[in-house]
Amino acid sequence: MKELICIVCPRGCHLTIDDNNNVTGNMCPRGKQYALNEITNPTRMVTSTVKVDSKLFKRLPVITSKEVSKSKMFEVVKALDGIVVKPPVYLHDVIIKDVCGLGVDIIATRTILE
Amino acid sequence: MKTYDLVIIGGGSAGLAAALEAKKEGVDNLIILEKEPYLGGILQQCIHNGFGLVQFKEQLSGPEYAQRYIDLVNENHIPYLLETMVYEITKDKEIYYTNKQDGVCCIKARAIIMATGCIERTAGAIQLEGARVSGIMTAGLAQKYMNIEGYMVGKKVFILGSGDIGLIMARRCMLEGAKVLGVAEIMPYSNGLNRNIVQCLNDFDIPLYLSHTVKKVVGKDRVEKIIIAKVDDKMNYIPGSEKEFDCDTLILSVGLIPYNPLLEKLNIALNPKTKGVNVNQDYESEFEGIFSCGNSLHVHDLVDYVSKEATLAAKGAVKYLKNNKQEEKVYKTVAGRGINYVLPQQFSYQKDSKIDFKFRVSKPFKACSIVIKNNDSVVRIIKKLYLLPAEMEIISLDMNAITNPSDLVFEIKEDF
Ligand SMILES: Cc1cc2nc3c(=O)[nH]c(=O)nc-3n(C[C@H](O)[C@H](O)[C@H](O)COP(=O)(O)OP(=O)(O)OC[C@H]3O[C@@H](n4cnc5c(N)ncnc54)[C@H](O)[C@@H]3O)c2cc1C
Ligand code: SF4
Repeated sequence: MKELICIVCPRGCHLTIDDNNNVTGNMCPRGKQYALNEITNPTRMVTSTVKVDSKLFKRLPVITSKEVSKSKMFEVVKALDGIVVKPPVYLHDVIIKDVCGLGVDIIATRTILE
Repeated sequence: MKTYDLVIIGGGSAGLAAALEAKKEGVDNLIILEKEPYLGGILQQCIHNGFGLVQFKEQLSGPEYAQRYIDLVNENHIPYLLETMVYEITKDKEIYYTNKQDGVCCIKARAIIMATGCIERTAGAIQLEGARVSGIMTAGLAQKYMNIEGYMVGKKVFILGSGDIGLIMARRCMLEGAKVLGVAEIMPYSNGLNRNIVQCLNDFDIPLYLSHTVKKVVGKDRVEKIIIAKVDDKMNYIPGSEKEFDCDTLILSVGLIPYNPLLEKLNIALNPKTKGVNVNQDYESEFEGIFSCGNSLHVHDLVDYVSKEATLAAKGAVKYLKNNKQEEKVYKTVAGRGINYVLPQQFSYQKDSKIDFKFRVSKPFKACSIVIKNNDSVVRIIKKLYLLPAEMEIISLDMNAITNPSDLVFEIKEDF
């Protein structure tokens, strides 16, 4: 048996998962999926910033399009070094396709027009 | 002098949601005044995700959440002024601001919504002992340096206080290549959300020292070393419990305070617990026609609830503008045992209505009941497995459940 805290939403349910993969304590189905992932291949969304060549802003905030394996987080952030984006850039524009060959894109989370 | 029906001060999540609701309810003569060169407020520097699950049923980052509201404000042609700093509000609701285009300017409002957000407690506020050197900064400032300005705050970082922004910054520093040596929290429990302990500290093996605080900062020009020590339940240092950390940066995440300097001149009393104004269920302050919402009213941990609250404040302002207010008897809410504060502080009783009461507990509870009482009869009991000071509770109370209106007392009973 293992005790976990669900991080999928801010409610932060206290979960327990037993040896037969039965999950309790989750207030919604996402908690169950989280517990199952967490004991096999824990994944996380990664957020960071990249340089933007804009009049008003220095950094463009970005996020992974999907969760990546927890052990790949550092690699993903490293891949952002040296990237410079030219405006206009729109919300959810792809900044890096298939980052580190993980099948996940890096996308913009802010619109910067100039 | 130009007169507006509604002036909203602050273009953060509270201001934006309030403006949209007021516009929807038919208020066209309105304006948002914002001191920064962009809308969205503090959210623009909160680049991590986890926002919007309540409002949009999606996980958004701070800027994404803000962008949704900014797009709606633009689509609805709601006017706003950027780089516009309000510096005074008079009793006649005249608002003085400065900006580059207009210089010093005065406008008049029939109603005002205060949505000015909060500020962080600083080293001065917690009386940090030792050298006054560079390398000590608040978590929000560190967040702004890294996420907006784009530079690293240090190489070896220690964090004092387990507030959410500090935890988020611990992860951010680690991912960007700095080393985070630890987080010290003076209370015996964390002040941040559990999920942030997991994904920001545990994921990176950053130790959390509970019941510990920074005893001394050492350094000549820049922080070189800090000494932390354990405290007993009276907050006195326990001799021999000191630990030293070689670090160049100390990030403080020791609390947020509603930012209300504009109201001081109006002599509106601030609540000693929330540090915001006292409001009724329409989010109107004691000063007629001045409303407050978001972090300037009380500190929120989730932006979703800020947006919701701002919508209620806007509805209240619209009601005020339409002169729909009736003289009603006003009752108080009382924070009883185990409760830090309850909001709204006043309410009027209206049949067939519901009021969302918000509160925080004063310490963590396990297996307990929230008891809402009225003249010694119990209105409602809600059982909870746990309650944490870091998480604001909201209880929607059906006024029809109250037969004999009177002041409402909220308290916590342990063990069921
Ligand atoms: C550093 C920090 C990090 C946070 N991180 C998170 C997080 O990760 N997740 C989360 O859910 N919540 C977070 N919060 C809480 C967050 O503040 C709220 O969720 C929400 O964004 C607050 O919205 P608001 O509109 O009340 O305040 P703000 O977003 O702060 O907006 C207030 C606005 O008023 C403007 N203003 C103030 N005074 C004046 C004036 N005199 N004239 C003109 N304009 C003025 C300010 O420039 C600002 O834009 C954080 C808060 C802080 C302080
Ligand atoms: S189980 Fe569902 S409700 Fe509970 S924290 Fe996870 S996502 Fe949120």
